[in-house]
Amino acid sequence: MPDQALSDVKVLDLTWHIAGPYCTKLLAGYGAEVIKVEKPGEGDPTRRMGPFFKDDPHPEKSGLFLHLNTNKKGITLNLKSATGKKILKELVSNVDILVESFSPRVMPSLGLDYQTLEQINPKLVMVSISNFGQSGPYRDFKASEIVEYAMGGAMYSTGIADREPLKLGGNVTQYQAGTVAAVATMGALYSAECQEAGQHVDVSIMETQAGSADRRIIYLLGYACAGVLTTRWPPPREAVRMVILPQGVYPCKDGFINTLSLPQWWPRYLNAMGMPELKDDPRFQNIFSAEAGLEFDAIWYSWLADHTKEELFEIFLEAKIASAPVNSPEDVLKYPHLKERQYFTEIDHPETGKVVYPGAPFKMTETPSQAMQPAPLLGQHNEEIYCKLLGYRREDLVKLRESGVI
Amino acid sequence: MTKLPLEGVRVTAIPVVFAGPFATMLLADLGAEVILVESVHHFPPVTRGYLPRPPQALVPTTGATFGGTGGIQTYVDHCAGDRPWDRFVMFHALGRNKSSCCIDLTRPQGVEVFKRLIKVSDVFFESNAPATMEKLGLTYDVLRDVKPDIIYLSMPGLGCSGPHKYCSLFGAQLQALAGHTWLTRYPDLDYTTTQSLLFHCDASSGATAAFAVLCALRYRKRTGKGQFIDLAQIETVIPHLGEAIMDYTMNGRVQEPIGNRHPSMAPHGVYRCRGEDRWVVISVSSDEEWQGLCRALGNPPWASEERFSTSKGRLENQDELDKYIEEWTCCHDNYEVMYILQKEGVAAGPVIDQRDAYHDAQLQCRGFFEVVSHREAGTHLYPGMLYKMGKTPLSIRKPPPCLGEHNDYVFKDVIGMSDDEIAELEKEQIIGGDEYLIESIF
Repeated sequence: MPDQALSDVKVLDLTWHIAGPYCTKLLAGYGAEVIKVEKPGEGDPTRRMGPFFKDDPHPEKSGLFLHLNTNKKGITLNLKSATGKKILKELVSNVDILVESFSPRVMPSLGLDYQTLEQINPKLVMVSISNFGQSGPYRDFKASEIVEYAMGGAMYSTGIADREPLKLGGNVTQYQAGTVAAVATMGALYSAECQEAGQHVDVSIMETQAGSADRRIIYLLGYACAGVLTTRWPPPREAVRMVILPQGVYPCKDGFINTLSLPQWWPRYLNAMGMPELKDDPRFQNIFSAEAGLEFDAIWYSWLADHTKEELFEIFLEAKIASAPVNSPEDVLKYPHLKERQYFTEIDHPETGKVVYPGAPFKMTETPSQAMQPAPLLGQHNEEIYCKLLGYRREDLVKLRESGVI
Repeated sequence: MTKLPLEGVRVTAIPVVFAGPFATMLLADLGAEVILVESVHHFPPVTRGYLPRPPQALVPTTGATFGGTGGIQTYVDHCAGDRPWDRFVMFHALGRNKSSCCIDLTRPQGVEVFKRLIKVSDVFFESNAPATMEKLGLTYDVLRDVKPDIIYLSMPGLGCSGPHKYCSLFGAQLQALAGHTWLTRYPDLDYTTTQSLLFHCDASSGATAAFAVLCALRYRKRTGKGQFIDLAQIETVIPHLGEAIMDYTMNGRVQEPIGNRHPSMAPHGVYRCRGEDRWVVISVSSDEEWQGLCRALGNPPWASEERFSTSKGRLENQDELDKYIEEWTCCHDNYEVMYILQKEGVAAGPVIDQRDAYHDAQLQCRGFFEVVSHREAGTHLYPGMLYKMGKTPLSIRKPPPCLGEHNDYVFKDVIGMSDDEIAELEKEQIIGGDEYLIESIF
C-alpha cells in the first residue's frame, strides 16, 4: 500500500459510541493502523444504533457504525478477564497511541490506568475522551448529545427568541469532540517522538464545546469583556437588522436559501436582482436603517419567490454574494461540485455490498487517499492481530474463545 | 518534559473570520509559533471587526442589538476606542498565543519580505477567499521554490478544485450546502427560524485543518517532504452528519429535522425551569434510566402508567410525557434538576448561558478559564484549553496580538533584516505599522 501520512503509526482503539471512533477514524483515514477492540459477542453499542442498511437491525449493518469505523481492524477482547488484561498490555507495548472513551472510572478499575501502561510503554500516548473530563465534580455524570450541547456548547443561543433553546441537528457535538481529540492525539504523538516520552491526554467533550463551538467561544469572551449575554434572536421578518441586507435563511420558490451579507455588498445584491435602479431610490439611501430593511424585505421576498434555490445559487455565485441553498441529504449527494471532486466514496462491505460514504475531509498531495476499507466485522482481525502481531497460535485462539476472552 | 509539543515549529498564517483563526489557535496552543501576516492597507472582513473604525452607533451594547447579532460584533466594554481592531472580541477569542506582523503583499517588495519569512517557516496556512493567493502570486508552487519542504494548507469553503472552487462562502452557507441546516430546526416551524449564528462548519473545518497540518508535520518529520493540503470546509462537516448521509445512501431516506427529540430515546428534550429563560435538558436512553427518572421525581402516579413503561410507549406518548416532566422541572432551578437526576443516573444538565459558564463548578474546578491581560483590552477571564496534557500542560502564554505588535521581532529576529532595510521599507509603508490606513471598506 502506498505511503500515507501516518503509515507507521499504530493505534490501539478502545473507544465506542461516536466521539472516540471519529477520532480514530481520522487517524485511520490518513494511514495509521488502528486496532479497534470490541467486547466479545456485543461489540460497539453503535452496532445497535440506526440507521441500518435496508432497515435491517443487524449488528453488521448499522450505517453509523460502518461510517465511524472505516479503515480500522477489529478484534474482540474481554477486558474484565485476567487474560484479557494481559493481552491488552501486550498490545500496548506494540502501539504508539491508545485512545479510550470509557467513563473515567473504568480504566483505573481495570488496572489499566496511564501510570500502569506507561511502565509498559514509556512512549505511549494515551488519550481519554469523556463527557466532562477525568476530574471535577461532574466527572461521573451521564451525558448525551443534547446534554453536551446544552452544557458545553451554544444551545442557549441557538434557536429563536420566545422559543426554547434548540439543539443542532445530528450528533455534531460528539463528532467535533472526536475531531479535537485527533488534534490532541497528534500533538501528543509529535511531542512523544521528539522528546522520547508519552503522556496522558484528557479530553472533556464539554470543554471541546466551550472552547470551540462556533460562536460559543466568542460569546463566552463577550460576556467576560463586555457583559454581553447572547441569547436567541428574533426571526428575520421581525429582526431589527444592522443593515438593510438579508441575513439568514429565506424561502424561495422550491425551498430555502441561506444568505449572509457584508454592508459593502449592497450594490451586488441590486445587480444580482436585476434592480440596479434601487441604488438611487430615496427609500434606500441609509442602508443601516431598520425601516429601509423592512421596505427592502417586501421586494426581496417577492423576488425570491420567483426563483428556485438552484437558480439563486448560480445568480449569487455570479454576483459574488455568499448565499447557498438549504440542501437536504439527497441534494448533498447530488451536488455536482462534490462529484467532480470525487468526494463521496463507495465501499464494498460483506454484509451490505457497495454503499456510498462521506469521503476524506482533506486531500494531501504527497500522500493521496487510498480506497477506503470497510469497517471491520466483529472480531474480523482476531487471527491477524493475535497470531501475526502477538505470536499466539491458532490453538490458543480457540482456547481464548472458549473462555470468553475473545 | 520541558518543551511544548510543537515548540520549534513556525506557522506563518493569513487566517480570516473564524475557521482559520480557530485552526491556527489550536496549533498555537500546542506551542507552535504562529505568526499572523496582516496588512495596514487591507481590512479582512469579519476578522478584526466589521468596519475598521465603526461609528459608535454600530457598536452593539447588548447581545440583542442588531437582531441578536450583537454577540459576534462585541467590542471590549462596548467601546471601539482609538484602535477598534485591538478591541474586537471575536479576534481576541481566537487570537491567543499568536504574533502579528504587517506586510503589504500587494507590492513586490512586500512579497519579497514575505518569502523571506516563508524561508524560515515550516507551515504556511491560509483561509482566505479562493484565488486570493493566486492573485498575490503566492501559490504552493511559488512558495515551494522558496522553501522546498513547506507545508501549505488552503481551506476555501469548497476546496481548490471543482466547478465551484472560486465560490466564496461563509460557514453558514457551507453548512446549508452540506445538509446541516436541513437537520436543525423546530419541527413545527420552517427554516427561516433556523438562522442562528451558530456555524458548526467553522468549528469542524478549523479543528480538521489543525489535524491536517499535524499529519503533514508528522509525515515531513519521517520523510523530509512538505506538501500541499486542499481542505474544502464543506467536506469536513459532511462526515459529522454521517448518520443522515448513510440513511440516504443505504435506504434512500431523507431524514427530517426532529428538533430536540431523538429517533429512539424518550423523554429527550429541553424543559423550562424556574426563573427567566432557564432550561434543563434531559435524555433517557434505557428502562433503567427511566426508572431513575421516576424515582427522582418521587414516583408520581403518572409515572407508573402502562403507556410509559416501555421505550416504544414513551416514544409514542412523548408529548404527554414532556408535559408531566415540565410540570416538575418548572418548580426547580436548572442546576438543581441536574443534581437530582444525575444522582439517579439520568443524563441531564442545564442549558448554560455565558454567565453560568463562568460560575460552573466543573469548568471552574478544571481551571478552564484563564486570566489574560491585554494592552488595549485590559484584564479578563478567557475561555481556555480544549483538553489537558499530562506532561506538557498547555495554557494561554500570550494575549491575542495587537495589529503589528510583533513587527520588530518578526522582521529583525525571525527574518534577520537590518535596521536600515526595515526603516526603508517602513517608510514606504510596505512593512510595519499598527493601525489601518483605510477608513472605509466600501
